[in-house]
Amino acid sequence: MAKSLLLISRQSPWSGPGAREALDIVLAGGAFDLPIGLLFLDDGLFQLSAGQNAKALQQKDLSANLQALPMFGVEDLFVCADSAAERGIATDALTLDALKVLGAADIAALIDRYDQVITL
Amino acid sequence: MKFAIALFSAAHAPSSRRALLFAQAALAGGHEIVRLFFYQDGVYNADNSIVTPQDEQDLPRQWRTFVSDHQLDGVVCIAAALRRGVLNAEEAQRYQRSAISVEAPWALSGLGQLHDAIQDADRLICFGGA
Repeated sequence: MAKSLLLISRQSPWSGPGAREALDIVLAGGAFDLPIGLLFLDDGLFQLSAGQNAKALQQKDLSANLQALPMFGVEDLFVCADSAAERGIATDALTLDALKVLGAADIAALIDRYDQVITL
Repeated sequence: MKFAIALFSAAHAPSSRRALLFAQAALAGGHEIVRLFFYQDGVYNADNSIVTPQDEQDLPRQWRTFVSDHQLDGVVCIAAALRRGVLNAEEAQRYQRSAISVEAPWALSGLGQLHDAIQDADRLICFGGA
């Protein structure tokens, strides 16, 4: 059986290529049909904020890549409730559907459930 | 135990040094390293154009020697490397750039090599992530 991978994405979308490169690992794994989960933690939640204007920063929009996750077979998508609360982000306003909102204890159990973990 | 090692930090970051020390210790302990995968700023660890002052640790050279001596599979993510100007001869020619800064023992390849190593290894050990 294929080993499962949890990618923990902690970087805001416009602080450099980090968030995009983290997402690329997930999309590549999805393309290979591997069991992959994606947890948005800390500033990573800003990747899911609605109404972003990448053009104003002369950046390429990340949201199209994020919306492609289900098409790549990546459906285990999680956000950290504490990270949202700390940043005043309402989790029901985030731009991805089917996000599971997890508390700290749930996240510990989530990490435990996966074979391998990458935090970026 | 079979380890896959992923490195995300630049050549002079303490975490890149820890990655090398871990890799050396793993082999010394009789373990196997199925692949080293350099991603994000980790690609700079394979950059042979980095010049380190004489009284400092030359990490790119130490990585190169380590990988050559043990004939390890050292893979540098091609997309991350291109973005950072770390090119081998083939890519320098393809994009018509004058600087070639990656050679053997390093191979430029895609993220599939990371997933492949993750599947192959008992443990994935990451250094220099966020």
